Amino acid sequence: MQRTNTPRAVARWWHGFVATAAMMALAPLLFAEYTLTLLAIYALLALSLAFVWGLGGILCFGQAAFYGLGAYTYAVVSINMGGSTLAVIMGVLVAAVAALALGAMMFYGRIGDVYLGVITLVFTLLLFKYASSTAGSEYVIGQARLGGFNGIPGFPPMNVPGRPDVVVYGLGLYAVVAVAVLACWALLRWVGSTSFGRVLIGVRESELRSELCGYDVRLVKTVAFGLGGAVAGLAGVLFACWAEIVTPEVFSLGVSAEIIIWVLVGGLGGLWGPMLGAVLLGALKGWLGMQQWMDSGLVMGALLVAVVLFLPQGVMPALARLASAGRKEGGHER
Amino acid sequence: MNAEVVVRASGVVMKFGGVTAVDGASMYLRRGELRCLIGPNGAGKSTFFKCLSGQLAPTEGEILLQGGSIAGMNLHNVARLGVGVKTQVPSLMNGLTVRENIWLSANAVRQRSRAEVDARVDQVVEQIGLGAFLKRTAGALAHGQRQLVELGVVLARDPWLVLLDEPAGGLTSDEVHRMASLVRALTAQATVVVVEHDMNFVRDIAETVTAFHRGRILAEGSADAVLSNESVRDVYLGRAARAKP
Repeated sequence: MQRTNTPRAVARWWHGFVATAAMMALAPLLFAEYTLTLLAIYALLALSLAFVWGLGGILCFGQAAFYGLGAYTYAVVSINMGGSTLAVIMGVLVAAVAALALGAMMFYGRIGDVYLGVITLVFTLLLFKYASSTAGSEYVIGQARLGGFNGIPGFPPMNVPGRPDVVVYGLGLYAVVAVAVLACWALLRWVGSTSFGRVLIGVRESELRSELCGYDVRLVKTVAFGLGGAVAGLAGVLFACWAEIVTPEVFSLGVSAEIIIWVLVGGLGGLWGPMLGAVLLGALKGWLGMQQWMDSGLVMGALLVAVVLFLPQGVMPALARLASAGRKEGGHER
Repeated sequence: MNAEVVVRASGVVMKFGGVTAVDGASMYLRRGELRCLIGPNGAGKSTFFKCLSGQLAPTEGEILLQGGSIAGMNLHNVARLGVGVKTQVPSLMNGLTVRENIWLSANAVRQRSRAEVDARVDQVVEQIGLGAFLKRTAGALAHGQRQLVELGVVLARDPWLVLLDEPAGGLTSDEVHRMASLVRALTAQATVVVVEHDMNFVRDIAETVTAFHRGRILAEGSADAVLSNESVRDVYLGRAARAKP
């Protein structure tokens, strides 16, 4: 992740970006867009943690919290506004502000890594508990009832900005999600190559040295955490548009754990690997869900153990190593 | 020796629970001075050093850097005053290349443009002779090389106060000479404080030596005077050294 600024690395990244965009454009020819949209949302969610954890070294066990906040905010605001435009913006903003606030509390409070994991985990479980206990009719925000365990159904779907009657669904929604994934990927990749991004990677490598250089580690980590929260919030917004219902399930431990598994399997440190991990594992889980003979949680767990044992750096870095080893054997290196 | 006093540490006391690591040490350093802190293990020199660098907040006493107190300041704010620190165990960004390590330090000076940062990195690399392993990851280097890289990281920010904790630790004798000449050259731009165990290194570089013992300053003066001081030899060098002619 360090030589990201050499012309060769930049060119290679652009090739990968264009190839990914092409694959995403062609995928609806082979697969149902309904499934593809969800997988792309998973990729976006994985991307948010890949940035926070892979680049920033902040292991957040509660990325689902920001995802869920984005989804709930979208539902509540869209019901009250009768359209999606402001709801999308608010969804991202609320998630970002929550992440910034939680991040500031943890990093300015000098919370250690283990406690950071515990706090983020508890934060999302707290939201899960709270959202689940809002069944009463007194839990209303504007015209939106929070609905407890049943969640909020029937909010306005995504529409073209300024045209509440033109609804974005199906292939259109897939296109929006795909563009969001590509844009966020490019954005976070760019952030990683700026001075800020390089300092963030430096902080991941050594907080002491970063401080001795005069960098405010607390500020750098808080900003990175907020940015990751914003991307997770966007994923939540898109999920709400796709599912057309939000339930407390978005805050659940299962979602948080899955995001971590996607990132680990895809390869910690990069951005593309975790996105691929999310798509592959998401597809596998969907497929396992359709049959009865094996529990999908069991398979996910076994897969995680296998990857950690045999490909400790993740699938993508292992493939990259294999490819470069092949090139060397073929005598094509340099 | 008439340069202005830039570091004023007075009555520094540092307690860890019931243990008093530094017990009322005072020290004044002038611009461009090169000072060695010596003393046996547990004498308090490293703790005193950490108080100077802002890594520890002294229990009592005051530390003024260029007239301003650093009490209550965060480590990165002390660093921003222009303090460069080499830690006892080199603290480098192990997963990053040597160049990126030095770049991150050079980049920390706020008023520098991108081109100036790159130019400063090249200068430091040249000065310390790091060209050969510029693209290697810092974590893959041998200890002696890491010591030099960390010195480069410290220099890239152009600090006016350089604090070096055991820069010669674990170096080969060639590397020790190299490190000594680099440290001596530093005094042209900075006040330098060195904590060191290696007596040859101390003799090589020091103008003024401060000997610590049990948290207090036992002796202070020219290298020759302090190193031949009877009580310093007693506590630090021990009987074996004293028996030598």
